[in-house]
Amino acid sequence: MDHRPQAWGRPRDDVYGAYDHSYLQQSGPKTATQSPVVTGTSVVAIKFKEGVVIAADNLASYGSLARFTDVKRLRTFLGTSVVGFGGDVSDMQWLDRHLKELAIDEAYDQEPTAESAEAAAKEGLNAANLYKYLQKLMYKRRNDFDPLWNQILIAGLDEDDKPFLASVDLRGTSFTSPSLATGFGAMLAQPIMRLHAATEEDAAKLTREQAVEVVKECMKVLYYRDARSLDRYSIAVVTKEGIDLKEDEQLEKQSWAFAERIKGYGTQTV
Amino acid sequence: MTSIGTGYDLGNSIFSPDGRNFQVEYAVKAVENGGTSVGIRCKEGVVLAVEKVVASKLLKPGANKRIATVDRHLGVVYSGMVPDGRHFVDRARDEARAWRDTFKSPIPTADLASRMGGYMQAYTLYQSVRPFGITAIVGGFDSELESPVDGEVGQGPSVGAGGKAQDKDYGGPFLYMIEPSGLYWGYYGAATGKGRQAAKAELEKLDLNGDGAASLTLEQAVKEAARIIYVAHDDSKDKDFELEMSWISGTNGPTKGKHQEVPKALREEAERLAKKSLQDSDDEDDDKKEDDKMEE
Repeated sequence: MDHRPQAWGRPRDDVYGAYDHSYLQQSGPKTATQSPVVTGTSVVAIKFKEGVVIAADNLASYGSLARFTDVKRLRTFLGTSVVGFGGDVSDMQWLDRHLKELAIDEAYDQEPTAESAEAAAKEGLNAANLYKYLQKLMYKRRNDFDPLWNQILIAGLDEDDKPFLASVDLRGTSFTSPSLATGFGAMLAQPIMRLHAATEEDAAKLTREQAVEVVKECMKVLYYRDARSLDRYSIAVVTKEGIDLKEDEQLEKQSWAFAERIKGYGTQTV
Repeated sequence: MTSIGTGYDLGNSIFSPDGRNFQVEYAVKAVENGGTSVGIRCKEGVVLAVEKVVASKLLKPGANKRIATVDRHLGVVYSGMVPDGRHFVDRARDEARAWRDTFKSPIPTADLASRMGGYMQAYTLYQSVRPFGITAIVGGFDSELESPVDGEVGQGPSVGAGGKAQDKDYGGPFLYMIEPSGLYWGYYGAATGKGRQAAKAELEKLDLNGDGAASLTLEQAVKEAARIIYVAHDDSKDKDFELEMSWISGTNGPTKGKHQEVPKALREEAERLAKKSLQDSDDEDDDKKEDDKMEE
């Protein structure tokens, strides 16, 4: 009988062989937050003349299971910017609370010299400021080996009221572009959007209606080809006038005729 | 004062034999010297106003705000010692944030008043501290809508457990006043500071809880608040002052449920009307005097 405390409750070495203590390792890095659990898929966004259109579907997946189908992945900030979240949903919730707290703190010292509430909000953080903040936050968390498992798009206006669109991911990588998409959308939606707005100049020629149409088309293509997506989605248009956010949109005019021609999957025997 | 020389006023939390706490009463005296603050609760929202005494011509106009935002839907104004008020606001912000951390939703005005009342009261209990030299007016509009939990992703139940009961009104405008003793009540109209007597007399004339057409709209309340501050101001004695006003409406009102400073245009209009009404009542008084003389 082995009376040492280390052996208590363990299978007897003389019966089962030496116990593998590597399972019991107490030290070492924390890994709990280093993989996502409940996830959202693509976010797509494109600039146009007066603003930005951004969309994401309303699904939160648990692995391949379509677990939550009424999830709001577009969040507004100070009534002037929209943040679209891909990746881990609980990290998105944390970020949403964090940003809300930031927005409340901002309102403490708001100097309402402006004539209207909207103008007053403009004096606060704009989308470009928010982007810089989120970039620093995400990069800090990655360096702490405790990343927020998200890809984020920030849509809004910059300090000159020009359309602003930028991306930050879980590594702190950040960039701006006339059109942006996260996740599967980076492969499937980005080429479509580049057909319409390859450069800033092209984007500045797009009308609001055209931009909305392009984004809707992207959402449809993503629903066709991304198995972790949904036909219900949220879409927001950010302009100087404010945010027009719709959170329960339905994909229109779907056509699955192409599916018949796809061979080589499932139970088909060609 | 009866307290002087008795020794019962030398420390905080000492009762006198007739059941008074003199340090708290002295704190009330400090409040009575401060610029007048007014809060009006009407059906559509809450208005806060303060007579900000301008201590020096070297101060920038409009700077050094006296009305503070505590949370999106909450505002605080106070009369008395400004540093005490600043600390009160800091604490209120901490409370509002802690509530959000715990419950993932905005703190109801009643709960903030309760927490802050408790906090002020604690400063009457110990020899190591002194009571707050302020009376604070807390105004808020609790959302009448199904307010989403912070960070919430799904819809959740619309009624029942985790949802709301049907046919019940939620939220609305609230107004509380907290005194140095920690005592707080809910009010339709509250006033404190130097001009509180005159202000209260004016507030009592308003219909703040009427259902009919006579009940005050939010915009009327703003104008009344401005007028009351002007009425309560004693031109002969006091220095110059600035009028500072903020308001909170429901989601469908002008501030969309947020506590904000009253827009410049509306404030200036309210000030113009306030000055005009003062002028008119002065003229009336003069007329009366002349009439009296004629009769003689």
